[in-house]
Amino acid sequence: MNAMGMTITEKILAAHAGRDEVHPGELINVRIDLALANDITAPVAIKEFEKIGVEKVFDRDRIALVPDHFTPNKDIKSAEQVKIVREFARRYGITNYFEVGRMGIEHCLLPQEGLVLPGDVVIGADSHTCTYGALGAFATGVGSTDLAAAMATGEVWLKVPESIKFIIKGKKWNKWVSGKDIILYIIGKIGVDGALYKAMEFCGEAISDLSMDGRFTMANMAIEAGAKNGIFAPDEKTRAYVEGRARRPYKFYYSDEDANYSEVYEFDISEIEPQVAFPHLPENTRPISEVGTVYIDQAVIGSCTNGRIEDLRVAAQVLRGKKVNPNVRLIIIPGTQEIYLQALKEGLIEVFIEAGAAVSTPTCGPCLGGHMGILAKGEKAIATTNRNFVGRMGHPESEVYLSNPAVAAASAILGRIASPEEVE
Amino acid sequence: MTIRGRVWKFGADVDTDAIIPARYLNTSDPAELAKHCMEDADPTFPAKVRPGDIIVAGKNFGCGSSREHAPIAIKAAGVAAVVAASFARIFYRNAFNIGLPIFESPEAAERIEEGDEIEIDLNSGVIRNLTRNEEYQATAIPPFMQELLAAGGLINYVRKKVGKECIR
Repeated sequence: MNAMGMTITEKILAAHAGRDEVHPGELINVRIDLALANDITAPVAIKEFEKIGVEKVFDRDRIALVPDHFTPNKDIKSAEQVKIVREFARRYGITNYFEVGRMGIEHCLLPQEGLVLPGDVVIGADSHTCTYGALGAFATGVGSTDLAAAMATGEVWLKVPESIKFIIKGKKWNKWVSGKDIILYIIGKIGVDGALYKAMEFCGEAISDLSMDGRFTMANMAIEAGAKNGIFAPDEKTRAYVEGRARRPYKFYYSDEDANYSEVYEFDISEIEPQVAFPHLPENTRPISEVGTVYIDQAVIGSCTNGRIEDLRVAAQVLRGKKVNPNVRLIIIPGTQEIYLQALKEGLIEVFIEAGAAVSTPTCGPCLGGHMGILAKGEKAIATTNRNFVGRMGHPESEVYLSNPAVAAASAILGRIASPEEVE
Repeated sequence: MTIRGRVWKFGADVDTDAIIPARYLNTSDPAELAKHCMEDADPTFPAKVRPGDIIVAGKNFGCGSSREHAPIAIKAAGVAAVVAASFARIFYRNAFNIGLPIFESPEAAERIEEGDEIEIDLNSGVIRNLTRNEEYQATAIPPFMQELLAAGGLINYVRKKVGKECIR
């Protein structure tokens, strides 16, 4: 029997299971290259880890602990949670523990530090772990107990997912369209469970033209379609990003021509406008031209979805020489200290502050309604984050609209959801 | 073994922020989390849920965050099982790992109404609606997951595995 072609996801999983091939639906045990947890999920994982009764973690260099959600500690309880994580890191000699001042939002930070690489299997006790698929890695979110088991054994059990192929063809990009708009557009088409349990594989001319930052944004939101992972074939852009960051060898995998897909979708980049996802699901998307009049109280630019340097550059491009509307609080959060410093050197921070924005140290903060920009009852926010569930950014009767950084910046200027073209 | 209980009904795409809002995640104490279980979907739920009650919901239950606090909150609130048309994948794993029984059945999710009395056979996955005198079949639990359940959850399973390796 001739072996069937495999997808990039299947190849990476097979290699980590020590097998020549794997098939969708199979339950396999795979070796992991990195396990990640944050200040919310790590304390639960640590409690479970200690029940296992092992004296050490599987590899102290292959665990990353990033207190980023409620940090800098927002209250006493959060401080206690982070303290549990810090003490665990010290006790077990975890190399990759990132303290406030040297940290970043986990999914911006780990690729930047070269801790996640092409061809890796990465699991994280955070649903947006799928971000690393942008590098051509298999990365997926798990819970704290799964993470505890992985910290002890260096392995995780997984069901091999079916793959869906998304071909984004074309060269004719609408102005201000970014990776965020492509992924929102796709989620709008297939729904929040449109890729449930499956791998989303992105390819096509427009994807080749997309920057690494744009790919991170897209892979980040694969979970918002219910997917197990999002993944991109690595290319020269991937190589350029990884070079100088990688601290260990990595490998490029590619899908075979005759690989099997459960579904194939094809879109043309020219049909995609900047998108806005209305409350209370990321699938409630509308093109910016059909948004109508929605007044906002707050705009947030940042998060693991859109807190990278390219996002800040676009925001600055829109905000330069403009003022934030008197009725709006604009909060800008660089994803990592390195991104923050880069933005400072490029003069972007000056643009933001002169426009009347608040610039924060890296934190997940407002995205999940933690701190640093919570909404009151009845307030509306536009945000470059990933979720607009009920109560996500604060009061259960507040509303979150999702967009790219250019739309969020333009909206902050005009006080209502707006296209960047309106402020040019 | 069977679970018998009264049903609280929820819609589709119940997300983890509705199950346990992030504003309460500065603790991982199950009893504290239980006080806010399902609060943003139904603010009265924590006060009215009784031990042994069962949640029935639509598709994609538990979508969103990886927070294990979500199934922990449901379990600590005394909910005996969750039946849904489908589950988001991280929630599905977490529920098994912490020992919250969950059952996937689009038919049960559609037919069962709030307040119905239902009985679930844990081994066969047969769900009996005692109020309406109907029966639904939940999707079979994969053999590996059954092994996890039999071992008493993932941590016990790993303990046994690691123990074996130490002896060898």
